[in-house]
Amino acid sequence: MVADIIFYLFATITVVAALGVVSVKNQVHSVLFLVLTFFTTAALFVLMGAEFLAAILVMVYMGAVAILFLFVVMMLDVEFASLKKEAARYLPLGLAVGLVILFEMVVIITQIHIEPGAAAVASDVPNTLEIGRVLYTKYLLPFEIASVILLVALIGAVVLTFRDRKLAKRQSVSKQHARTREQAVELKKVASGEGAS
Amino acid sequence: MSEILQTILPIVHSFGGDLFGPMLWPLVWTVVKIMLLLAPVLLMVTYITLAERKIIGAMQVRPGPNRAGLFGILLPLADAVKLMCKETILPKHADLKVFFLAPALTLVPALMTWAVVPFSPDLIVADINVAILYIMAISSLGAYGVLMAGWASNSRYAFLGAMRSASQMISYEVSMGFTLIPVIMLTGSLSLIDVVEAQKDVWNVVPLLPMFVIYFISVVAETNRAPFDLPEAEAELVAGFITEYSAMSSGVFFMGEYANIVMVSFLGALMFLGGWLPPLEILSFIPGLIWLGIKAGFLMFVFLWLRATFPRYRYDQLMRLGWKVFLPVSLFWIFLTGLTLHLFGMA
Repeated sequence: MVADIIFYLFATITVVAALGVVSVKNQVHSVLFLVLTFFTTAALFVLMGAEFLAAILVMVYMGAVAILFLFVVMMLDVEFASLKKEAARYLPLGLAVGLVILFEMVVIITQIHIEPGAAAVASDVPNTLEIGRVLYTKYLLPFEIASVILLVALIGAVVLTFRDRKLAKRQSVSKQHARTREQAVELKKVASGEGAS
Repeated sequence: MSEILQTILPIVHSFGGDLFGPMLWPLVWTVVKIMLLLAPVLLMVTYITLAERKIIGAMQVRPGPNRAGLFGILLPLADAVKLMCKETILPKHADLKVFFLAPALTLVPALMTWAVVPFSPDLIVADINVAILYIMAISSLGAYGVLMAGWASNSRYAFLGAMRSASQMISYEVSMGFTLIPVIMLTGSLSLIDVVEAQKDVWNVVPLLPMFVIYFISVVAETNRAPFDLPEAEAELVAGFITEYSAMSSGVFFMGEYANIVMVSFLGALMFLGGWLPPLEILSFIPGLIWLGIKAGFLMFVFLWLRATFPRYRYDQLMRLGWKVFLPVSLFWIFLTGLTLHLFGMA
């Protein structure tokens, strides 16, 4: 009963926030709504007894991904008027993509049959432990492959954005610390009116 | 302590159950527990501001604030009254909704994390089995308050401060999380009570001393404290992301900052310094709550000590330290811990 009330509360906030993401004009507000959606989704995960997924969702999506979104969006200076014109032009394409995704989701949801009330894991084992067990035994290979793909993406991002700036003056902390007074300071006798050379 | 609790709790429960009915009572009881937790936390938050001025005053051979009450004991109260009576100045081009949401979003995560902090084996609001993950998840939300404050203020100083602060918090969160992983590996559990109980023989600070040092430096950087207080570097950015805030709205930011300091001090004491366990078995007549207070208090003192001692870091040095020193070292230490546990068959 109480859990039901809490579920409907969070579910309503999730849906309203998700609508807010696509409908508000200001794109920073839009990202903030996205963050709210993530947070209430995490709350729904907790209600389902998947506290590990909830913690990871908050940590990864809210703590890292959405913050980077916010960074980028805050730094961009976009004119809203021109964006609106563009939006009308791409509307058919967007609708088409949306329909395809909707179709796929309907197909998948009708294919999978989940017993109502079935728990994700046996209730006596914490699901953090259970996820760890399954991930490193049954799904070890897919897990490792996913890790390698992520690593490739990471290295790719570094390679794409790396510029070796020859002219940049780099600072070497160890060299700086190794510097002594004798190397750094020189006493000179300066004749009046001539200046030091 | 626990005997008193065991005698009082059933009486409270039966009384409350009669008064509110079995439906409403668990909710009311939770709210009561939250209040009982937040009152001392907020008291600590207010008094650490006084402690800061007093300690730094003593370190600089001056008396510090001593006018309000005996030894200035009423100063936090006077500060609060002052902040509430001041006029709140609103920037003309600010995004007001986000502007007012930002201080709240700084303070709320800082207080939310306290829900899972145990003060003794049975003094805890919510004993969940992913406590450490919960703390890491919630504390990563602190960056939103800062970013939103900087953006909504519509001021260059505030925006630059927010950008610096958010990237600093994200960077050091990574190394802070990685320093906690060896502790979790040694314990084999994500519950803070288990973590403390596992330190019965030897505190985690002994086998994991480098991790403790990195943890402490990382949390100093993550709470934006000196010598890493670049987001509010007054010499270059006026007051960073707080520039446009005045009166109580800036007061809430400071409360959030100090609540975070108290929080990470308690977390450090629980994770590395044995929590409520006494250092020697002979000293166990002193209650665990006092031991935890002493340990956390010491870490808070070090926070203030650092501020009085070190000059501010340069921004690129700060980033270098986080990504090029702490990250590899803590990753290596995770590997080393795993290898040791495997070799000695303890995992």
